[in-house]
Amino acid sequence: MGDYFSRYFTRIGFSVLASIIGALFALPLIWFLFAPFNARAELGLAIPDPFTLSNFVTVFNNAFAIRGLWNSLLHSVGGVILVGIGATLAAYALSRSNLPGKRAVTYTLLLFSSVVSGSAAMVPIFLIINSMGLIDTHFAVILVFAGGLLPTAMFILRDFIDGIPRSYEESAMVAGASPVQSFFDVALPVIRPGVVVIVVWSFVNIWGSFLIPFILLRSSDKMPAAVAIYSFYSEAGTPIVTLLAAYALLYSLPVIGLYLFVSWRFGFRFFGGIKA
Amino acid sequence: MASVVFNNVTKTFGEFTAVKDVSLEIGDGEFVCLLGPSGCGKTTSLRMIAGLETPTSGRIEIGGVDVTMKHPKDRQISMVFQDYALYPHMNLADNIAYPLKVRGEAEAKRHGRAREVADILKIGHLLDRMPSQISGGQQQRTSLARALVYPSQVYLFDEPLSNLDAKLRLEARGFLNHLQRDMGMTAVYVTHDQAEAMALATRIAVMDEGRIVQYAPPIEIYRRPATTFVANFVGNPPMNLLPVEAMTVEGAIRLKAEGLSIEGLPVSQAAAKAIGEGGALMLGIRPEHLAIASGGEVNTISGSLFANENMGPESLVTLERQDAARFTARIFTDDEIRLDQRVTFTFNVSHVHLFGPDGARLPLDGE
Ligand SMILES: Nc1ncnc2c1ncn2[C@@H]1O[C@H](COP(=O)(O)OP(=O)(O)OP(=O)(O)O)[C@@H](O)[C@H]1O
Ligand SMILES: [Mg+2]
Repeated sequence: MGDYFSRYFTRIGFSVLASIIGALFALPLIWFLFAPFNARAELGLAIPDPFTLSNFVTVFNNAFAIRGLWNSLLHSVGGVILVGIGATLAAYALSRSNLPGKRAVTYTLLLFSSVVSGSAAMVPIFLIINSMGLIDTHFAVILVFAGGLLPTAMFILRDFIDGIPRSYEESAMVAGASPVQSFFDVALPVIRPGVVVIVVWSFVNIWGSFLIPFILLRSSDKMPAAVAIYSFYSEAGTPIVTLLAAYALLYSLPVIGLYLFVSWRFGFRFFGGIKA
Repeated sequence: MASVVFNNVTKTFGEFTAVKDVSLEIGDGEFVCLLGPSGCGKTTSLRMIAGLETPTSGRIEIGGVDVTMKHPKDRQISMVFQDYALYPHMNLADNIAYPLKVRGEAEAKRHGRAREVADILKIGHLLDRMPSQISGGQQQRTSLARALVYPSQVYLFDEPLSNLDAKLRLEARGFLNHLQRDMGMTAVYVTHDQAEAMALATRIAVMDEGRIVQYAPPIEIYRRPATTFVANFVGNPPMNLLPVEAMTVEGAIRLKAEGLSIEGLPVSQAAAKAIGEGGALMLGIRPEHLAIASGGEVNTISGSLFANENMGPESLVTLERQDAARFTARIFTDDEIRLDQRVTFTFNVSHVHLFGPDGARLPLDGE
């Protein structure tokens, strides 16, 4: 009997604890959804009364901020294309070729990538880009992002491709396909789930980055959203909560949209393995 | 269809030699099985015919043309992979028709042809399915259909039946045999299942550690295995082997071993010469050539009863000798066999095999 009750209360206690933790995590999210629609939003949680879009109107009138969203998109899409194509081709070659020392190449690249995109390398990167005459260009930002993300992307993708039997491409080649044909007809569709993961991962990475564009760009009309968001801070450095909340919501929409699109189109899953 | 020739082909992976100086001629229209234990180099040999592996040295010809350095796509061959390698993102129709797509056939035409082949293989009703939605046996037939959908010089099979259960395997084996009779295709078929090789092959190449130990028609391999390795590998259960002491007495050869009595062995001149004054030999008798002695037979071997397994139409009786060696007899009767603790088998001397100390066959008279 006592045993029964103690188990009962343990369960209740556990559920209460879980609810408290859940609420703690939910509160910022709820604030994030409510504050943009509240003309008098503060850091505390409040139900908008009245429900208004006035914050958004102000944000949309801030050309610098809206331009920032567009620039972010430019950097992200550009970087994703470079990383997606580069990583896919490189990882495929690293996985399938018999090049001697390819293992060493992969690990060296991986080691350097954490250095290249890290803040420690900011000065040399600035100097390199400067001497290339690319300061204040979108291209420089995209290039540096791609360089930083490529090695890790290659590493993840190579592992993924290693797990796919070579017999797919081999059977295509025996059937008469050239190596290029067998790559596009057979290999690429099979590794596509891995490529999608890389694309989403690099998009999110670039979308949220502040330091690289902040250092490499000069003109305000080229700054991405991560930098532009500072236009909603007063001169003294205090945030204008209402506008910041509205802009933050806009800023997160593309990422949410990307996740939804990918999970609808590709489902974040791999082709059901074939029964042996 | 075309012939395939191996000319002193060797393949090494780093330090390891997977295929050692193999020379082999596969005639036009032949169905050759590469048979051997795991790791003996069968798949490597097959992949060199396909062009998926390049020989370290030596030459490979298909249809009289040197293809050693040719890309797989330029060899006009078909291959069925052990894991089937069906493309998971294409339905069966596209899978089967893929070789035709590569050859630039129009969609209607290639799907028509895919349907024809699929109908023959009884998977015509599945053409809209994805590979993950069909059974293992159907996947096997799909990969076969993909290999048959276009005309090839040589058909290569790498253990295509090993992923099927016993019953489906028999069915697929029968179908392949039928197909071979129908098409007269040149085929190279890798397997480690001796029954499969016996059933399908016009000739079997038995491989061991990268070498071909014997290359002959199945019945020849069964009747006159070239070495104890072949004798042991082909046949189910494998051939009984017994070390014996041989000596030449007045031109005739006498074999001696505990519990063995044998007379009138027709040994050829060549064998007699090899034996010389005497020495240690290996005597072999297949289980199906042993019978239970009823008393009074001249050629016998005896020991204590070890096992008596009734399998329906036949029984496997195993005796154990004093030196712990076992001898198994395959008795074709559906009656229950009653035995004492002491068992004696009898045999006909014409069914005896002799192997020299190096394991090579000693020919008997009339070989
Ligand atoms: N790419 C490779 N690199 C290194 N060694 C290899 C490679 N491919 C095969 N080998 C080795 O060569 C030997 C022969 O391999 P192979 O695949 O031809 O054997 P097999 O006769 O087909 O065996 P199984 O019946 O197990 O398939 C094996 O010992 C294997 O480990
Ligand atoms: Mg193999």
